[in-house]
Amino acid sequence: MVNETTKISEQALIVENSPQNVVNTEDVQLDITMEQLKKLVSPRALTGETMLLNMGPQHPSTHGVLRLLLELDGETVINCIPDIGFLHTGIEKTAESKNFLKAIPLTDRTDYLAPMSNNLAFCGAVEKLVGIDVPQRAQYLRVILMELTRMNSHLVWLGTHALDIGAMSVFLYCMREREMILDVYEAVSGARMMSSFIRPGGLWRDVPANFGSLVQKILDVFPRRVGEYDKLLKDNPMWKERTVGVGKISAEDAIAWGMTGPCLRGSGVNYDVRKAAPYSSYDHFEFSVPLGTNGDVYDRYRCRLDEFEQSMSIIRQAMKKLTPGPVMTDDRKVAPPPKHEIAYSMESLIHHFKLWTEGFRAPEGEVYFAVESGKGEYGVLLSGDGSPKPRRVHMRAPSFNNLQPLGVMSQGCLLADLVAIIGSVDIVLGDVDR
Amino acid sequence: MGLIKDVLTKLPTGFATVLKTLKDKPVTVQYPEETRPMSARFRGRHHLKRYDDGLERCIGCSLCAAACPADAIYVEAAENTNEERYSPGERYSKTYEINMLRCIFCGYCEDACPTNAIVLESLEFPTGYTRESMIYKKDMLLESPPISVAATPQRTPPGKYDRPILPYPPIDTAE
Repeated sequence: MVNETTKISEQALIVENSPQNVVNTEDVQLDITMEQLKKLVSPRALTGETMLLNMGPQHPSTHGVLRLLLELDGETVINCIPDIGFLHTGIEKTAESKNFLKAIPLTDRTDYLAPMSNNLAFCGAVEKLVGIDVPQRAQYLRVILMELTRMNSHLVWLGTHALDIGAMSVFLYCMREREMILDVYEAVSGARMMSSFIRPGGLWRDVPANFGSLVQKILDVFPRRVGEYDKLLKDNPMWKERTVGVGKISAEDAIAWGMTGPCLRGSGVNYDVRKAAPYSSYDHFEFSVPLGTNGDVYDRYRCRLDEFEQSMSIIRQAMKKLTPGPVMTDDRKVAPPPKHEIAYSMESLIHHFKLWTEGFRAPEGEVYFAVESGKGEYGVLLSGDGSPKPRRVHMRAPSFNNLQPLGVMSQGCLLADLVAIIGSVDIVLGDVDR
Repeated sequence: MGLIKDVLTKLPTGFATVLKTLKDKPVTVQYPEETRPMSARFRGRHHLKRYDDGLERCIGCSLCAAACPADAIYVEAAENTNEERYSPGERYSKTYEINMLRCIFCGYCEDACPTNAIVLESLEFPTGYTRESMIYKKDMLLESPPISVAATPQRTPPGKYDRPILPYPPIDTAE
């Protein structure tokens, strides 16, 4: 049936063969053909010996609109083919039509559970392309916010992952703790999720007076809470039955598939962007990178839980290092002046109007800037062409790369284990599809 | 056997953790009867501000519309006269519309406004049944004048309001 429609459309194209109308017929197909299907599944599926099953795109355990084409032999997964693109929002393309400042709210919406990491990756790329120096206070505040974001991201992951496997209370506790981090977001940026707080050259504003007490509250409460999660899950025999030895991936495979973050470190590969290519003064802090050994769901879970401790340690160090000072570069060509200046300085008024309408120009060139977000290496490839708008923005989303080896990890496992594996790679579909 | 031993020894730890929360106070609130306090920087719904003498702060410069990443704001300016004065300075916004369905509440308009006319502060959330009702017009956005002060347009003496009034207090230091 599909082949017939393809032929008809081919003929239609031949009739009106003006060069503009030539469309690659491969691109306009809406479904896969039998030939393509044969390459994806085993021959047994074609004889009806195994079953083909759609899991998603509306399925509570796929963490969003992810469709999995499963080939099942009874309850055993023979093949798992992720089908993505249901949440494609065109963020990368839209960013090309916005100037650098206006593109920041877009980055919030890629990995919406870790908005500050995305802000920092994009702003870092802009700073690298344009050559902007960031004040030290802003860098330390960025580190604090980044680590809070990591904890935020891990809390949502732990809650939903445990909920998938059947531990309800963990979800409730994680959401309770996440509120404290969202309160910090709200206090500093005015929004609980779409923060847009980090701007090229520094931060939107300095943190409010109650920032220190809010962060201190988190630091006081969290170690006990993490202990609670451990009591609920760490030695829980039911949790271990569902996670130990499930969804194994070797270090070689993980590297070959481009996995990063806790998924890669769960396989024992010591790669962390904060250590490998320190940004935003991460080299001023002492912390260790938790590693796993087996590369299974349990090790990935342990890596993330151990990162809570490290994040808190980094925040404690950064709070001590924090000294008063500016949080925005004083380069008026990239950062709008303080608003009271426009009352008496004509130059500031011009800068203010110029920056809020046209924005600043970036030189020609291409940069790549990566941060370690909660999910892995979140990189932004930014290409400038001398105009105030980027020529091309590409986001190297950790969720996208971590999702790809799902087929490798789930081969031969049970269908119920697949749910645990999807949960353990920590995908956000907004990040996968962008 | 190991599993049975684990179940008997390890599981009670988890149950005890859950049972301990019985003595904790609930963290949830009964919205909408109760609401949680918002931070001072909370970006709520937009308001167009006035000066104490009742004149509008907005001078119709369209900088908010230019700064808006979602293209949600439409401004049309007109000339002030001393007989019919809406705002200090030459111009005022004759039309001011915000499409609340497009707005992403990023606060860029607030940052861009040179006279601190537009402020995202209210905790009321825009709702409506039709798309038309979600386009907020100027009369819906403009705050009412202070008590015992005339609304705009006002008749003002010549020469008093020839220039826009400079922003005070500075918004980026006010907390």
